[in-house]
Amino acid sequence: MNDSASRRADYEKSRRRRSLLVAMASSAVVIALVVVLVPRMPRWDRVHESFFNGERFADSFPRLLDAFVLDVKIFFWSIPFIVVLALLVATTRNSRSPVLFPLRALAIAYTDIMRGVPVILWIYLIGFGVPGLGMERPWNSPLIWGSVALVLTYASYVSEVFRAGIESVHESQRAASRSLGLSTAQTMRFVVLPQAIRRVVPPLMNDLVSLQKDVALVSLIGPIEILRQAGVDKSKFANFTPYVAAAVVFLLITIPLTRTTDWLVERERRRTSGTRVR
Amino acid sequence: MRRIALSLIALGSLTLTSCGGSDSSSDTTAAAAGSDSGNACTAGKTLTEGTLTIATGNPAYGPWVENDKPESKEGFEAAVAYAVAGALGFSDENVTWVRTGFDEAIQPGAKNFDFNLQQYTITEERKKTVSFSDPYYVTNQAIVGLSDSAAAGAKTIADLKGVKFGAQASTTSLDFINEVIKPSNEPFVYDDNAGAKAALEAKQIDAIVVDLPTAFYIAAVEIEGASVIGQFPATSGDEFGLLFDLDNPLVSCVNEALATLKSDGTLDGLVQTWLADKTNAPVIAE
Repeated sequence: MNDSASRRADYEKSRRRRSLLVAMASSAVVIALVVVLVPRMPRWDRVHESFFNGERFADSFPRLLDAFVLDVKIFFWSIPFIVVLALLVATTRNSRSPVLFPLRALAIAYTDIMRGVPVILWIYLIGFGVPGLGMERPWNSPLIWGSVALVLTYASYVSEVFRAGIESVHESQRAASRSLGLSTAQTMRFVVLPQAIRRVVPPLMNDLVSLQKDVALVSLIGPIEILRQAGVDKSKFANFTPYVAAAVVFLLITIPLTRTTDWLVERERRRTSGTRVR
Repeated sequence: MRRIALSLIALGSLTLTSCGGSDSSSDTTAAAAGSDSGNACTAGKTLTEGTLTIATGNPAYGPWVENDKPESKEGFEAAVAYAVAGALGFSDENVTWVRTGFDEAIQPGAKNFDFNLQQYTITEERKKTVSFSDPYYVTNQAIVGLSDSAAAGAKTIADLKGVKFGAQASTTSLDFINEVIKPSNEPFVYDDNAGAKAALEAKQIDAIVVDLPTAFYIAAVEIEGASVIGQFPATSGDEFGLLFDLDNPLVSCVNEALATLKSDGTLDGLVQTWLADKTNAPVIAE
């Protein structure tokens, strides 16, 4: 018994070693092909100069980091509003009282319309349109109204995520809660939402990653954030390297975010499913 | 059928050039009369042999190209393009227009034009990825604002410190704002005139900075109630050049043509025709 178990372990070990070697070899071939072949293309030196110019990269990078502070600010001050609004919309859509039908209809119309229209249009419409009604500074700031546009758009996406979470909580949970004497509101607050939100953390992180990139769209109505700064440097030097530098900054943020999301998904899966099939 | 016609034209032009001799580079009248397709200098250097392919913006704005129709020769840059073509020995029918955005013009791949003109400012930095001809026009930066703008009535740059400025992306105006005016508020940047206009109307900015002839065009045509508040002759001076693919051999031919057009007064005449009423704005001192 013992002997057969160790022979099995040996076999598995050799298989693992073999697949590791194959993976390494195939990766090496792909990388070698890219490294060897791409510089041999006829205009590679021009592409290299336009997109991967070290001098331009080093020159733009500090300016881009400075400009990125604005992206981070917009991102962080938008999130609480998005979460609160999304929770309101999601719970409204899940309400069951007949009296609340108009609110439910409104919530449905809101999510349908906000999600169906490109973010760019909302940013133009709210960022230029609302201040254009005759507001005075500082209340007409494109930062405020650009953020409002992002909040309204992303709240509609996030509310659908919350709704999916709420609906995934089994009906028996509500039944048990109500039979213990909790009201509908208390049931939602203390029984349904805590379970629902925990379940939807991974998809929420996905929306955060995409919000982090869409923040750049606020630059369309004036503010100079990282993508605009990259565009300004691009035209100044007639060189696209600043965009590559901006991409590096974005990746520094999005890669840890997505890795964390994956880790959260994995943890949730381990927590909810008892055994794991190898 | 089309192909036959084209080859007939090519054949005709071949015989014409062989008869015309080598001095056709300055002979603009002969170019306008026949179906000439380049002089000795341009031979083998254009994108399509016998044709000069010129690019402009999409859309192209006045006073540079009137009504977005460069073929009509109306507008300063349209007229300059045909004058250069003529001096290079291309008759009008051998000029082809294409449209490109800014980014398309500076991308590293092969270009779909011989030269591109849409108010490209010649800078040392840009010369590393594209080539420029000698300047065909020199202009100043200028301010456009609504009549009740905070910038209205400014006499010196010091009067402009508290003004909230806007500029267009891919122009040199943003640099001008940051390096010369140095306002206390950070300027905003827009993709195009439409964005700057909306921001002016929403009072998010007080004024925009653009080159002088464009300022007159924006004030007259695009933004109701706007006027050219002033220009900065002492501190700016943008030289516009024709933009070429890097190290395009055609550059020297075009520079020769431009030199001819400058010395015989043609270029000045075109400035008079198209830009005369678009340079007379109050001067803002340093």
